[in-house]
Amino acid sequence: MGSGKSGKKAAGAGVVDTVSPSWEYAPAPESRDIVTIAPEYGLFISGEFRPPAAGGTFATLDPSTGAKLTTVAEAGPADIDLAVAAARTAYENVWGPMPGSERAKYLYRIARVLQERSREFAVLESLDNGKPIKESRDVDIPLAAAHFFYYAGWADKLDYAGFGPAPRPIGVAAQVIPWNFPLLMAAWKLAPALAAGNTCVLKPAETTPLTALLLAAVCQQVGLPPGVVNVLTGAGETGAALVTHPDVDKIAFTGSTEVGKQIAVSAAGTPKKLTLELGGKAANIVFDDAPVEQAIEGIVNGIFFNQGHVCCAGSRLLVQESVADAVVDRLKRRLATLRLGDPLDKNTDIGAINSRQQLDKITELTAAGDAEGAERWSPPCRLPDKGFWFPPTVFTGVSQSHRIAREEIFGPVLSVLTFRTPEEAVAKANNTPYGLSAGIWTDKGSRILWMAQRMRAGVVWANTYNRFDPASPFGGYQESGYGREGGRHGLAAYLHV
Amino acid sequence: MSEATSGRLDVRKTYKLFIGGAFPRSESGRSYPVHGKNGDLLAYAAKASRKDLRDSVKAARGAFGGWSGATAYNRGQVLYRVAEMMEGRAAQFAAEVAEAEGLRPARASALVSAAIDRWVWYAGWSDKVAQVAGGANPVAGPYFNFSVPEPTGVVATVAPQDSSLLGLVSVLAPVILTGNTAVVIASELRPLPSVVLAEVLATSDIPAGVVNILTGSTAELAPIAAGHMDVNAVDLTGAPAADRAALERAAAGNLKRVLANHDGEQWTDPPTTRRLMATLEIKTVWHPAGI
Repeated sequence: MGSGKSGKKAAGAGVVDTVSPSWEYAPAPESRDIVTIAPEYGLFISGEFRPPAAGGTFATLDPSTGAKLTTVAEAGPADIDLAVAAARTAYENVWGPMPGSERAKYLYRIARVLQERSREFAVLESLDNGKPIKESRDVDIPLAAAHFFYYAGWADKLDYAGFGPAPRPIGVAAQVIPWNFPLLMAAWKLAPALAAGNTCVLKPAETTPLTALLLAAVCQQVGLPPGVVNVLTGAGETGAALVTHPDVDKIAFTGSTEVGKQIAVSAAGTPKKLTLELGGKAANIVFDDAPVEQAIEGIVNGIFFNQGHVCCAGSRLLVQESVADAVVDRLKRRLATLRLGDPLDKNTDIGAINSRQQLDKITELTAAGDAEGAERWSPPCRLPDKGFWFPPTVFTGVSQSHRIAREEIFGPVLSVLTFRTPEEAVAKANNTPYGLSAGIWTDKGSRILWMAQRMRAGVVWANTYNRFDPASPFGGYQESGYGREGGRHGLAAYLHV
Repeated sequence: MSEATSGRLDVRKTYKLFIGGAFPRSESGRSYPVHGKNGDLLAYAAKASRKDLRDSVKAARGAFGGWSGATAYNRGQVLYRVAEMMEGRAAQFAAEVAEAEGLRPARASALVSAAIDRWVWYAGWSDKVAQVAGGANPVAGPYFNFSVPEPTGVVATVAPQDSSLLGLVSVLAPVILTGNTAVVIASELRPLPSVVLAEVLATSDIPAGVVNILTGSTAELAPIAAGHMDVNAVDLTGAPAADRAALERAAAGNLKRVLANHDGEQWTDPPTTRRLMATLEIKTVWHPAGI
């Protein structure tokens, strides 16, 4: 495996090794000068940044080095009261009464600024999250802009969305988002809520608050009326206090199933509307007739995209027994070419694990994989000395009862299981309390459709994986949550339907 | 239940549970008296137990694959068949509803007609809901992408307490039409028409286990249903308002979809697609387009 800092030595001088060529890469870092990180950040309430009432702060780190990036405010109960009240006032006096056509133009403005300042956002996202710049640059930020662009168009067309005439917004939305796609998740939450006429209090994840705060500055830049979007930084306690605030009408949460259940309990018996986008343990199913090279790329993209910090990651590889050895061999060869290292290096494939806490969780679960008898493999790989890192890891000999086959690891760890018949693949794929996504790799069209019908999962990728689009509904069955984000269906989460 | 009038002693019916297509008494051996509006004893109904509810969920789970895998056209015809069967027994239903709810015959007949018409209305939705709720999604890339609605699974329903038949049909038909299977807790005080409906369902081509109907104590059964880990959704329409918070908390254990009617929509309102949609999942499928 290459790394950002060292590669395998080339074969002897003058001899071109065409069998296993080795490529040296010079570092190609994206400049971090494009973004200015302030020494400290306040809370974004009613259109302005202000210090937290109780004065609490915490640090956000660059996970690739462990160094502190800046200090952000910790929102407490008084700040939450203020933000919810600001959102209520904006809902009743400004945003709710505003014609949809005007709301739309604000959202278009936000989309445009995200495009204009995309490199700034991408660098900031990679710094705060640890993901490779090629992913923040090519996936997160463009999709976030596209999401605002998509929902902007709905704002004045809600009558045609299939929910009856003049569907009503819900009111004040409390939105709590995770750290794996910080800006993109903010866009998934804000864009449909605002298009439908709601106002928002957004709580970004503790470890990745910076792009949400930059987005707040963009809201100022485009002249969004005060209180329509409020951003409160903080940890789980802040999120819990926000979603249980009595003047919140709508809760949208993306995160772990465990916390999702706690929120569902806290909202029980209240009129609050709730949508949850939670964990997953997706099967990525490879049949013996699959186009192998594409399938290998799909497996890699399925579990190593974003260091596996993806709720819909293809974390269980179900491969047909007759081709299992060949697929695993090729997969290992491919993994040996991935480059792990500096997230800002344009050549980096695998970035940093987002936090010490997440690294500990991955370490604990993979240790359980060893203890339960699965066989661990990682490519030769030198991890950087500082920061939080975990090598791409493949477990073979995994059985369905193993923790690494049941629990969401949320890291670059693939569990390989085998099957013989399509029926067995279906049974194993669905043998999980989750139900967010699934992958199917086969050349046979009728089998794709047969399998897709039987997957108890909200998103099925056939001969592809981890594709996202604002027009495409996303969300889970069972304990992966309820409600959909994206597309016309995503509007339903923010309207009385 | 009417008294013998022609010198012949009538044959009275034992009102039983409906589980997996069969009509068992409660495994607990329990029953409870059901009274009419004037206090007369109408009959004894089976008082379902925790075990009966679990058996019902198991039957519903077992029936889910076949029912959800049936064609929409087939499910529509089966639901329409229920309407046909009810029409043929309309007089019996009207007599049962009149006794259960203490209504005049004309009013009871009107409710039965409305219940029959509701089956017809929902039956027609079976092969249309996918086009209304799903569609092709124009993603920005070389992919064909479409979304389809699918049934969420086993749905436990607390039927309305006041309306013994129309209320029950109003919450049951939208659940099973899309391929879900149902465990219904019938009106506690007015359970008898639900048993007659079960007799109709048993002879209407509805596969065994698709609908399971339990009579008994709502307060006892609803928490078991709400907390059952193999139930995918609960409809709390007929649950007492005071119990709803606890039931919703129980439902959070496996993140059941909860239809709690906080919006104030009543089952008595003319039906809309809202109940249909509440027990549907949207599945989105991607495939590359290329040569």
